[in-house]
Amino acid sequence: MTPRITPRGPVSEALLHAFSTEPHPDAPAMDEVVELTRTALAAGTDLLTDDDLQISLYMMYGLSYGDTVDADDEWEWNPGLVRARRLIEREFERQLRQRIAVDDLPAPEAEAVASYLFGITSEDGGPSLSRFIAKKATREQLLEFVIQRSIYTRKEADPHSWAIPRLTGRAKAAIVEVQSDEYGGGRPHRIHAEIFGRTMSGLGLDSTYGAYIDSVPAITLASFTMMSMFGLNRGLRGAIAGHLAAFEMTSSIPNRFYGNGFRRLGFGEDVTEYYDEHVEADAVHEQIAGRDLAGGLAEQHPELLPDIVFGAKACLYVDGLAGLHMLDSWEAGRSSLLVRESVPA
Amino acid sequence: MSDRSDAPTIVACPDGPLLVRGEVQLETPEGEPIEQRRRTVALCRCGVSTIKPFCDGTHKAIHFRTEPQPARSRTSEREE
Repeated sequence: MTPRITPRGPVSEALLHAFSTEPHPDAPAMDEVVELTRTALAAGTDLLTDDDLQISLYMMYGLSYGDTVDADDEWEWNPGLVRARRLIEREFERQLRQRIAVDDLPAPEAEAVASYLFGITSEDGGPSLSRFIAKKATREQLLEFVIQRSIYTRKEADPHSWAIPRLTGRAKAAIVEVQSDEYGGGRPHRIHAEIFGRTMSGLGLDSTYGAYIDSVPAITLASFTMMSMFGLNRGLRGAIAGHLAAFEMTSSIPNRFYGNGFRRLGFGEDVTEYYDEHVEADAVHEQIAGRDLAGGLAEQHPELLPDIVFGAKACLYVDGLAGLHMLDSWEAGRSSLLVRESVPA
Repeated sequence: MSDRSDAPTIVACPDGPLLVRGEVQLETPEGEPIEQRRRTVALCRCGVSTIKPFCDGTHKAIHFRTEPQPARSRTSEREE
């Protein structure tokens, strides 16, 4: 059963309404979504914090994933829906490129690219979410952290898998090697998203995908929609490769801290297995993703190098903001989740 | 990269671990097998991993270097 999604403004309200109508190619309800999307974008909104547009984009992508949004399969390629999606995507990408400078490129050689990516991913000087989790977070904050991460992690690796058929040779072999490990190497109980499900259950949380969708803020959705956008658009294949490399490179050390945070509060292996697994796994993946995927792709297609770097920096930027949102909220004595009444449709 | 045989390979990652692909037997000095939980593993060579013999990424935190360092300051690589 797919959890119900509560609208956050006019666009998401119109989209949910459209899903309740016949998925006709010229469905007037979807024309309304396109118009409202145009109006929202014309107002000059910040996509990273716009709840209405982020939950709308999340639902549009949800049609391409499984078990995410309760709607007829026909809507996935509905012309009106795709039009609205492209409007949001173009503006989202434009805003990201405006904020993320790509001006200090390495040589398009595998080792230079890997070294460059290891460099930028180790320079993050902001407050550390992982250290806070390890040393200070309360039980309630740990639960919030898991809820925030569940939007991506219960679909861990899926956004990057869209890239596989768009890559060849060394880069393809590399991403498949990483993704195969993410998906448990043939063992369903070792699928990382499933291990994370056991972490949620161990904490008494509902591991159904999207169970907490109404509770997470726009920036958390943006982290997931951004990587979905990179994965689902062939033109952004460089960005999704760079994103995966940066994601893996900022994972093994933080995951050790996360695991320590849960151990500090007395949680057992059922909860910490996910984090412990990633300490070892991502120390492998970061080497492959940095050198063979991102570096290999840059050697094959030097013209994609700026996007590889863009994707890596976008990962650091957006996930940094999502982490900062949690730290800022907790420092101010607030919850990092949205308090939202569910509106029965 | 031209190796097409199925023999195991070990990639010496600059400033990082030894990446082992293919079927190898990891064991303790007593001959006890060390559980290998994934097809490709990274073995620690900086000496500070908390999950030895596997790598846990800590080499990055201690700025472990495998190559002689030319006079190159890290700050010169930083973004403005």
